[in-house]
Amino acid sequence: MGAGHAHKLYRHGHSPVHALPAHTKLVAVLGFVVAVVSTPREAMWAFGAYALLLAAVALTARIPAAYLLKRLTVEVPFVAFAFLMPFVVPGETTDLLGVTVSVPGLWDAWNVLAKGTLGVGASVLLAATTELRELLLGLQRLGLPPTLVQIASFMVRYGDVITDEMRRMSVARRSRGFEARGVRHWGVLAKSAGALFIRSYERGERVHLAMVSRGYTGTMPVIDEVTATGAQWRRAAALPLTALAVCLLGWTL
Amino acid sequence: MTTPPPPSLSFLPSLEVRGLAYAYPDGHQALFGVDLTVERGERVALLGPNGAGKTTLVLHLNGILTAGAGTVAVAGLPVGPANLAEIRRRVGIVFQDPDDQLFMPTVREDVAFGPAAAGLRGAELDAVVRRALERVGMAAYADRPPHHLSFGQRRRVAVATVLAMEPEILVLDEPSSNLDPASRRELADVLRSLNVTVLMVTHDLPYAMELCPRSVILSEGVIAADAPTGELLADEELMRRHRLELPFGFDPTARPTRNPGGH
Repeated sequence: MGAGHAHKLYRHGHSPVHALPAHTKLVAVLGFVVAVVSTPREAMWAFGAYALLLAAVALTARIPAAYLLKRLTVEVPFVAFAFLMPFVVPGETTDLLGVTVSVPGLWDAWNVLAKGTLGVGASVLLAATTELRELLLGLQRLGLPPTLVQIASFMVRYGDVITDEMRRMSVARRSRGFEARGVRHWGVLAKSAGALFIRSYERGERVHLAMVSRGYTGTMPVIDEVTATGAQWRRAAALPLTALAVCLLGWTL
Repeated sequence: MTTPPPPSLSFLPSLEVRGLAYAYPDGHQALFGVDLTVERGERVALLGPNGAGKTTLVLHLNGILTAGAGTVAVAGLPVGPANLAEIRRRVGIVFQDPDDQLFMPTVREDVAFGPAAAGLRGAELDAVVRRALERVGMAAYADRPPHHLSFGQRRRVAVATVLAMEPEILVLDEPSSNLDPASRRELADVLRSLNVTVLMVTHDLPYAMELCPRSVILSEGVIAADAPTGELLADEELMRRHRLELPFGFDPTARPTRNPGGH
């Protein structure tokens, strides 16, 4: 049973950030991102301030910088896109290290890069300090339709089971001398995917049977009541409110 | 609303199946008039070859399938659309694959699912969950996700998920399948310690012998035999007729080497 351990983004800990209820953190991250995105790109110092804010949160959560930076690599495709901008965006040009680049393109690249990195940084921090399950409960608490939350939590529960099944099928294929090389073998892979779908579908039916047998009538019973106290809300609000202040300063200065 | 239990509850059998017949929508008839009574506190093994209708029978016990003819009653309460919620609380089915049975993100939430669906909340719910997990020796694993447990642990948690509902009868579908010998013995210890009525569907004849004083054979949609397990397994002619075979070297007439009550 090659079961994965926890989800890869979560980092176990007992910091004040870990202890906050998930829905307060979700609201805080959303507020922070909105503040960051609405900051004018010319206010470069503001983005430095945002980065410091995130660093402060990471420090409180006792998340090492190296861990955070490694997780930030998820951003790489967007970074590549941002680096293209100075070369493709029309407008007045300037020389940078002997290469001709467009000025509005440079601003656009900076804009995407700075805001993207801050957004990803905030999300990585959220994921590192909140268990997936709590995140889902938090989303439900914030009014996400329960059906969507159910679908997502089944994905969490059965992701590993299905990955395992997929791996077993792959081992079975290879044990009989099959190695996927090129287009000619796509048919076999497609059939495996189909078989996996049927198996998952049948498992879905069995799971539903087990749920009905234990009294499921269409809605998930409430097991964990997630509530946040005023103090917890205030603590979570520290991040977006400071960010808002920085954003307003960015507009006025 | 559920019907209030009749006053003479303790004299009613846990399970009473009368003349149960069922044909699947595609016309295939699986059950041809099954009669089975399981008294309170009994542990009964339901044996039979593949395709004998064992699973079909089990799915009638909590009203997932509706009888074509005949009746099923659990502690006197007839299985029918009016009492489904109460019936599903009283009949705890443990399915064969614990990955089907354990569908919540953590063990604790999974065990809480049934009682919570019945309306239990807060501290009361926590107490029920803890008690159920203690009864199967898994209390230390409450906050683990089910896929981090070994197969044997998952099977025991699956038993806890139905125990949490305080069932009248525990129905186990192939409880020993895929278990290594140690997990198998641990599960047997748990089942013996439970003191509830058990109906155990199994191909594992030594396991039936170890746990269930009485066995019934379901074959071709009817109960073909109903006797003490030892007698039934020793009847070679009967066994052969219903495609039941003992594992090599197993002698049902020998004295058990392990004290069944011990441990």
